[in-house]
Amino acid sequence: MFYDPRISMGMLFTLIGTILTAFGLSTRSEVDVYAKSMGIDANLWWGLVLLVFGIAILILGRRSQANLEKEKK
Amino acid sequence: MSNLAVPNLAATDSLILLIYAFFILAAGFSLKPAMTGSREFMQAGRSLPGWLCALAMLGAGLGAQEVLGMGAAGAKYGLASVGFFALGSIPAMLFAGLYLMPVFYGSNSAATSSSKAIRSIPEYLGLRFDRKTRVLNAFLFAAMTSFSAGIALYAMARVFVALHVFDRIATTLNLPSTGVLLLAMALPAALVLAYVLLGGLGAAMYNQAIQFCLVLAGLLPVVLLGLKRIGGWSGLKAASTGAFSRGMVQASSGATHAGAHPMGTSAIVLVLGVGLVLGGGTWCTDFRLLQSAMAAKNVESARRSPIIAAAVRVFVPFVVAVTGLIAVALPTPHTSIVIHNDNGVIYHEITVVPPAVEAGRGLIPAKAGVDGKPIIAADGHAALDYAMATPKILLEFLPTGLLGLGVTALLACLMGGVAASITSFSTVFTCDIFQALLTPNAADKRLLAVARWAVVGGTLLAFGAACAAMRFDSILDAMMLVFAFVNAPLFAVLSLAVFWKRATGHGAFAGFIAGAAVALLNHGLALPYGEQPGIHGGWIAPLIHPASEIVLGLGTAILAFLVSLLAAVIVSAFTKPRAAEDLKGLVHSMVPRASAGAKWWKRPEAMAAAILLVAIAVNLIFV
Repeated sequence: MFYDPRISMGMLFTLIGTILTAFGLSTRSEVDVYAKSMGIDANLWWGLVLLVFGIAILILGRRSQANLEKEKK
Repeated sequence: MSNLAVPNLAATDSLILLIYAFFILAAGFSLKPAMTGSREFMQAGRSLPGWLCALAMLGAGLGAQEVLGMGAAGAKYGLASVGFFALGSIPAMLFAGLYLMPVFYGSNSAATSSSKAIRSIPEYLGLRFDRKTRVLNAFLFAAMTSFSAGIALYAMARVFVALHVFDRIATTLNLPSTGVLLLAMALPAALVLAYVLLGGLGAAMYNQAIQFCLVLAGLLPVVLLGLKRIGGWSGLKAASTGAFSRGMVQASSGATHAGAHPMGTSAIVLVLGVGLVLGGGTWCTDFRLLQSAMAAKNVESARRSPIIAAAVRVFVPFVVAVTGLIAVALPTPHTSIVIHNDNGVIYHEITVVPPAVEAGRGLIPAKAGVDGKPIIAADGHAALDYAMATPKILLEFLPTGLLGLGVTALLACLMGGVAASITSFSTVFTCDIFQALLTPNAADKRLLAVARWAVVGGTLLAFGAACAAMRFDSILDAMMLVFAFVNAPLFAVLSLAVFWKRATGHGAFAGFIAGAAVALLNHGLALPYGEQPGIHGGWIAPLIHPASEIVLGLGTAILAFLVSLLAAVIVSAFTKPRAAEDLKGLVHSMVPRASAGAKWWKRPEAMAAAILLVAIAVNLIFV
């Protein structure tokens, strides 16, 4: 294995999750934006889900990467 | 005016797309230093863990054709198609993991044999049979895989044009309106080319893992919102039967003897076709998928990766095919004028819907001709553009922000599938055409260079095929057609190769030729109802009339499989078999068994049985 792919995957999802959450928070009061999603602030909720997923994957990946580097030494 | 008709990506949407592109390219750059030899480039150094290979397999197996095709089938055939996809590929994936991977991967430990390990399916055929079988299969595979990458590029480019994803780039570049389609085909292809060129199969697989997760992350919110709108799973079920009975009326207006099954297929054709030939032909023989498992770090990981992939794959149709089901269940938009009175001022709110959209079913638009009017099929109904089911539903439910993630999901599935095609094309070209035919003793540096050039060549071929792929109405049907000509005979030959010691090279070669010839003949003689002779069949003389294109595809695949099997057996019986010691490790019965040290519930066989039971249970409960 070159490096643990969960690190980049975790970073990507953390980043996307953060953007969606921030965007969801800033547009919370705008009814027009969420007319499509039946008034649900889908950005906020799905952003939080992705954020949690991303951080969890990132932690797992970093832990296994540390083991990987220990083995190499 | 409603902004539904002209969707455009906002800054947040574009930002998510750009971040995705950045990460995808970063994987290529970070693996570039490790690409020191041809085996690092073509097989990722055979160093990857099983779970990563499984994710990469899933990503490779969920390309543009599969995502758009599953959505299309969900819309066209209703809930039955979810079962079709959920169960169809599972037995084949489990079979590949349990019985084929020990042979294809090689049972020796990676450390001693990685410089001699089998690199591709044609190379296995060469070792097991002879050079002519290897080269024939290599050429067929190279042609099929570049063609299928081309279909993927074209299909998704149409979607991107309809979603106006690349409009901003096109206007800054001052492109004419026809140039947008080309741009939408060229840009994803160029991204894939860049990261595969940099990081080889490793980069492709690292990205496929990311891409698979992104597809689910992008489509799952649509399914959740859609289910909420139409009243949960029971609402979906009710809507599906309604849509389905309408579909049957449509089908039976031309074909009165369509089978009892919702897909217009008799049950036996469905079971045989899906379980045995379609699933088996794809997951047991398609090197685009198997290359991921063959890059595992050891034989246990290689065996486990299709099995882990199967466990996840059971649930994929519930996300992907259900989007199409929801799309067909929603009301068709119509041009409407809403008058409302605001403080004495009368507003006329006009929502203009193009005629092709109004002629559609649910959210699925009819195909529009050059004049924008709906195209009427031979059966008198508007020809529906089912491939737009999933993209339409993204637009319907996703607000700015999530829409960017949804579009990223579409881009991700496209790139994962195309990357799989390109890397497998490169490997097969390098090993089985360049090395086998031209320079058997090429130095490794030369092979690495050839593999890189083959990546460029494969991308160009795919782009050429994309320009030629505009005449198919349902992408899945087109895929099945190609598949019937190439994969079904290959499945027959590979099964014999692995399980029958007596099979010979001449037999295998005859099997290929006979299978492909019969597939071609059947396609030339059969014409589905409501189609014109030509690319849809019947180009010799339309003598047989299957109920639908799916039935034609399945029938062709089954026929090709059986004829190929028969021809290979007969010719093998009359030719001289190879000595038993030459077949060591190449036939299943002569692969050294790994010691079954693990507890019984940790063994792959137990995992496979459990997954199969879950798949059947899921089918019984939900479909």
